[in-house]
Amino acid sequence: MRHGRRLGRVGLGLSTALLGLFLAATPILACGGLIGPNGAVNLLRTSTLAAYHDGVEHYVTAFEFAGGGGAFGSITPLPGIPSKVEKGGDWTLQRLVRETSPILNEAFRAAAGSPAASDGAIELQKVTIDALDLTVLQGGATDIGIWAKNHGFRLPPDAPQVLDFYAARSQIFLAAAFDADAATGRGQQIGDGTPVHITIPTDNPWVPLRILALGKAGAETVQADVYLLTDRAPALLPAPTGENGIRLDHSDRASAGLLDDLRSDRGMDWIPTTGWLTKVAVDSTAAQLGYDLAIDASGAGRPSAIDAGFTMPGAVVPVSHVELSRLFLALAFVAVGLVGIGLITRACPTTGRPVGW
Amino acid sequence: MTRRRTLATLGLGLAVAAAAAIAAAAVARPREPVVIALTIHYSAFDPATVRVPVGVPVMFVITNTDPIDHEWIVGDAATHERHRTGSEPVHDARPTEITIPAGTERRTTVTFAAPGDELFICHLPGHEAYGMVGRVVITR
Repeated sequence: MRHGRRLGRVGLGLSTALLGLFLAATPILACGGLIGPNGAVNLLRTSTLAAYHDGVEHYVTAFEFAGGGGAFGSITPLPGIPSKVEKGGDWTLQRLVRETSPILNEAFRAAAGSPAASDGAIELQKVTIDALDLTVLQGGATDIGIWAKNHGFRLPPDAPQVLDFYAARSQIFLAAAFDADAATGRGQQIGDGTPVHITIPTDNPWVPLRILALGKAGAETVQADVYLLTDRAPALLPAPTGENGIRLDHSDRASAGLLDDLRSDRGMDWIPTTGWLTKVAVDSTAAQLGYDLAIDASGAGRPSAIDAGFTMPGAVVPVSHVELSRLFLALAFVAVGLVGIGLITRACPTTGRPVGW
Repeated sequence: MTRRRTLATLGLGLAVAAAAAIAAAAVARPREPVVIALTIHYSAFDPATVRVPVGVPVMFVITNTDPIDHEWIVGDAATHERHRTGSEPVHDARPTEITIPAGTERRTTVTFAAPGDELFICHLPGHEAYGMVGRVVITR
């Protein structure tokens, strides 16, 4: 029967387009949904910055205190091992919202959990930021599941498949445990956010989107705003067509004013002097959101199908019709060449010289 | 008369011997349970429908390959309704209600008393709605 009643709930949600696992109370997660005591998920619009510069991906997201007590948490899949997890800037996300939607001003949401042992996954790093306990975990789906269970999180029924989906590409996750009682003790008011900045050296920047649908029924809506800041206009996979659940709301050279403002925020001095700002709005059903957002900001225009989750690492890629036709064409050329050589050889027999001439 | 008595005695003896043999066989070889293997993967039962004979012990060998816990609760509609609002954190007292922790195997033996259909369901929050429902078809 219902075990879950103990803490209430768990869900995985994304904070930066990341994932969150939540338990309990009323706090809200930045990038995800909350699992209620009855297993229902409440969808929240979230904002995240995923910037890529000099081979480093920066995630900036916020966890918001929404009142209540107890603990809840989130787990976020990451494309690599973070070199740093720190408190994020105070106005970065708000400034991005203002840049692309001067009127709308969405809030950021957050989540939490409870501390404990380290069975299952390997704990690579632990950081406490305000009322948040952040743990960088390394492990497969089973390891993360065990770790979550040992820490009092109840994962929703789609978690096994979703965790496998991510662990096949990167076995690095960020668990955020939010202690609402501690937040109250710290004097945090409802709506106060705790920004988190995760620095991840990686060759393959991507933004986890599928995790946003964790714990949600297929017809439920998933909404989130993902800001991308790259050196040049990025190629994205899937392309945000609007019909596939993601929409391109903004794509333009980043203004000097925006970059100056962002650079002046805490921990944001890495912001370059030029860049390209993209805003991708996620407005999808949970069933439709079965992919992540792969980014190629190199100029090559080839975002990875693996990073998007369309192909799993090691999967055999079927030979396409185009490649087959090229192969046949090449073989035909070789065959024609051989026949030609044969005909020439017959028509012009070798004129040998007599030995000892 | 003597011959008749001898035949009667012999017949009775044979009958007693036969009954004893049957009883001994029953004691020595209890009825073998039917074994049904079930796998739980990605929060789904496989197979989702099983057929079992009525009145025969059926051993369910349930393997949970998922990194999260699951339940296997079999019974009629009233049983499931009770569990939808229940509060037991773990099931291990009844053969028809068991908890299978993440990555483990559990065995339970159930004898179904009457033919018909029963459902087996995981009643952890959200799991039934996700599709963790199977069916036992009990046949004569």
